[in-house]
Amino acid sequence: MIIGSLLLLGLFKFPLWNIMLGAPQYPDPLGMNIYIDGIKGVSEFDLQNIDGLNHYIGMKTIPKAEEMWEFSVFPKVILGMALLGVIIGSLGYLNKVSYKYFLGWFVLMSILGILGMYDFNNWLADYGGNLDPHAIIKVTNPDGTPMSYKPPLIGFKKLLNFDVTSLPNTGGYLMFIGMSLTLVAFWLGRKISLKKTTS
Amino acid sequence: MKRILTSSIATLIILLGFTSCNNGNKSNSKSGALANNIAEKVYIAPGEYDSHYAFISGGYSGNLTVYGLPSGRMFKEIPVFSQFPTSGYGYSEETKPMLNTSHGFIPWGDSHHPDISQSKGEIDGRWVFINENNTPRIARISLTTFETEEIIEVPNSAGNHSSSFVTENTEYVVAGTRFSVPIPQRDMPIKDYKGNFQGALSFISVAPETGNMDIKFQVLMPGFNYDLSHPGRGKSHGWFFFTTYNTEEASTLLEVNASQNDKDFIAAINWKKIEEYVNNGGGKMMPANYTHNVYDEHTHTAKSTMNKEVRVVNPIDVPGAVYFIPTPKSPHGCDVDPSGEYIVGNGKLSANLTVHSFTKMLDAIEKEKFAGEAYGIPILNFEDVLAGVVEQPGLGPLHTEFDGQGNAYTTFFISSEVVKWKIGTWEVIDRKPTYYSVGHLTIPGGNSGKPQGKYMFAMNKITKDRYLPTGPEMEHSAQLYDISGEKMELLLDFPTHGEPHYAAAMEASLIKEQSQKIYKLADNKHPYAAKSDAETKVVRDGNEVHIYMTTIRSHFSPDNIEGVKVGDKVFFHVTNLEQDFDVPHGFAVLGQNNSELLIMPGQTKSSVWEPKQVGVWPFYCTDFCSALHQEMQGYIRVSAADSDVPIKWSLGEDIE
Repeated sequence: MIIGSLLLLGLFKFPLWNIMLGAPQYPDPLGMNIYIDGIKGVSEFDLQNIDGLNHYIGMKTIPKAEEMWEFSVFPKVILGMALLGVIIGSLGYLNKVSYKYFLGWFVLMSILGILGMYDFNNWLADYGGNLDPHAIIKVTNPDGTPMSYKPPLIGFKKLLNFDVTSLPNTGGYLMFIGMSLTLVAFWLGRKISLKKTTS
Repeated sequence: MKRILTSSIATLIILLGFTSCNNGNKSNSKSGALANNIAEKVYIAPGEYDSHYAFISGGYSGNLTVYGLPSGRMFKEIPVFSQFPTSGYGYSEETKPMLNTSHGFIPWGDSHHPDISQSKGEIDGRWVFINENNTPRIARISLTTFETEEIIEVPNSAGNHSSSFVTENTEYVVAGTRFSVPIPQRDMPIKDYKGNFQGALSFISVAPETGNMDIKFQVLMPGFNYDLSHPGRGKSHGWFFFTTYNTEEASTLLEVNASQNDKDFIAAINWKKIEEYVNNGGGKMMPANYTHNVYDEHTHTAKSTMNKEVRVVNPIDVPGAVYFIPTPKSPHGCDVDPSGEYIVGNGKLSANLTVHSFTKMLDAIEKEKFAGEAYGIPILNFEDVLAGVVEQPGLGPLHTEFDGQGNAYTTFFISSEVVKWKIGTWEVIDRKPTYYSVGHLTIPGGNSGKPQGKYMFAMNKITKDRYLPTGPEMEHSAQLYDISGEKMELLLDFPTHGEPHYAAAMEASLIKEQSQKIYKLADNKHPYAAKSDAETKVVRDGNEVHIYMTTIRSHFSPDNIEGVKVGDKVFFHVTNLEQDFDVPHGFAVLGQNNSELLIMPGQTKSSVWEPKQVGVWPFYCTDFCSALHQEMQGYIRVSAADSDVPIKWSLGEDIE
């Protein structure tokens, strides 16, 4: 439980998510790493170059950390959840609280995670769809509506000449492993307590 | 029954043995046939890379070209000694100083012998040096930016030909004079050449970190012609060898008068000894005028300074530093094998190829076995120093390189061939024709202690019928050979740009990784750079107008400019804001008596325009930079000299 929740702290060092954009002219794809406290380019000038290309289709520039409330709230939430996990874990170890709290932490974290993903997806939709009406290049869907350049939440999508791949990154994987470990902790706790009651 | 079985099994085994033997032969002959599939050996599939870089001199183009081997494809022409309108080199305000000399601005040069920097006798891929023959200069080209970074003029020299070869740790890049001249230059009758003219051999030190060049000393030699040179290496490190011709000291009709002596000399110079002499205050400072032009990667600007004196050394003041080795006849190439023991004198009018021994030379010097002296410099006996002779290998030997496997390859201009021979036994192993009249040849890593074998290419002087005809004037031809086997194999015939005199080549891996993609805008220290839209402006200073302009896909900022007048001197200072690989922007304005600018990401370049006619003149991006490249354009309004239109500029809205 303690290890699991501590793994959340990996998010402060490693990106949660990663979006890569490759094109015929970009054999070395451009990429952005999404951290809980901001977005960084995979290579030094990637964000600037993505923004440069996106101005043709009227997309807004990639937000700076201070432009989105998420990037100040997320770190606090993650830190809070990690602390809470460590406290529950320690108390659980000392038999001060029931193993059921472990499950409680997991459920809470899952809800927060889903909310986070929902928010992230909303941002992607706004980023890809809320376009400058004076955009240089306007592409419409067959039904006449403006095409959205929303990158996929997860997986692969073709956007004009760009191949866009969006996947969790090191920090995200560490979080998933951490969350799984808390489930394991719950299961172990349950097994021990069941043994106690039967014996 | 059992016996029959045994014997038949035995027969079977023997048969199998034979068959497998046969198979072996078959597969050998098959691989032999495959080996003859020459196209495969030079074919680089789309998107794949060549294994070697070749830096081929441009000769009378004044530049240096970059090729890939084995494909023979040209990747870049690097402007060095000549103006290059493609990029604006020598036309832009920043690069004009690169072509400044003590004779003023010179738009052209004759580049000859590139050589790659070395560490511990191996090429290290940091810089290429190349000499300018006509107005003696040495250039240093960076192999991270592939741009000329520095040019130093060589005073007291004339026909800077026995250059620009580096010692095994790039302590020096050496430049010898082809023409002897009065030193210092003065008004005197030409017929008084003999005994009065001198030849300067210059040792230019190279700073280990920056590569910056400085003439450490010049050895003032007798008035011969110093044709080519090479450094000693390994055991002979610390020595430098120069071939000479015209030891007759003729000043007219040299083709006859300089071909009379049965033997000319190879001058052996112990530069370590002279360096020590100079470090102890030896030699004397002599008044001179020579420019030193240095390009700064951060200001993107070259600066030319005039040096006023140079240290000269009289060789007879340093006993034991200089000797003459008799070498038949009018030798061209002066080539030292990878071990440093053998010095090959390619006597271009001799039927034989002469090889001298460094060990024997030291021995003869120690025993003071001299045949005489010339201007106080001891002459060794030909026989005392001789290692061996390659008998009648061809006609007109010019230049030899080595494969590091004990073999040497010599070009023969007159018989138009390359001859492979063995060091030590001096026997000819193979010969292959060239097309036609070969000058130099190159083996990757050729001028080093560690040649990289595999390929050799010959650079020819005459093309004739090799390619589709293009009128009287043609590019020269080069031939690439595979030298990994006992016999040389001709792989490819490819045209070269200008007149290649020599080339330096090396495996691609070292350079490929260090090649720069962009210049960082944050590091741009150009005094007229505009690093963002907000910094763009137009400033009048008397009749000079400075336009601080930026480019980014796909617009100029500003793109409407007013207030310029006929008679003004307009400076377009264009900064490319891109920080993306391979997104240059170009700049040209109608009626400009100047070249375009081609500006790399993060770079600033300046172009002068002196408008002579009233009107509204367009400018545009000359590089197809993006989908909206065609829209990347602007207007500059030129008013009459006495008009009072104020300076104004804008982007994206009407002026005012």
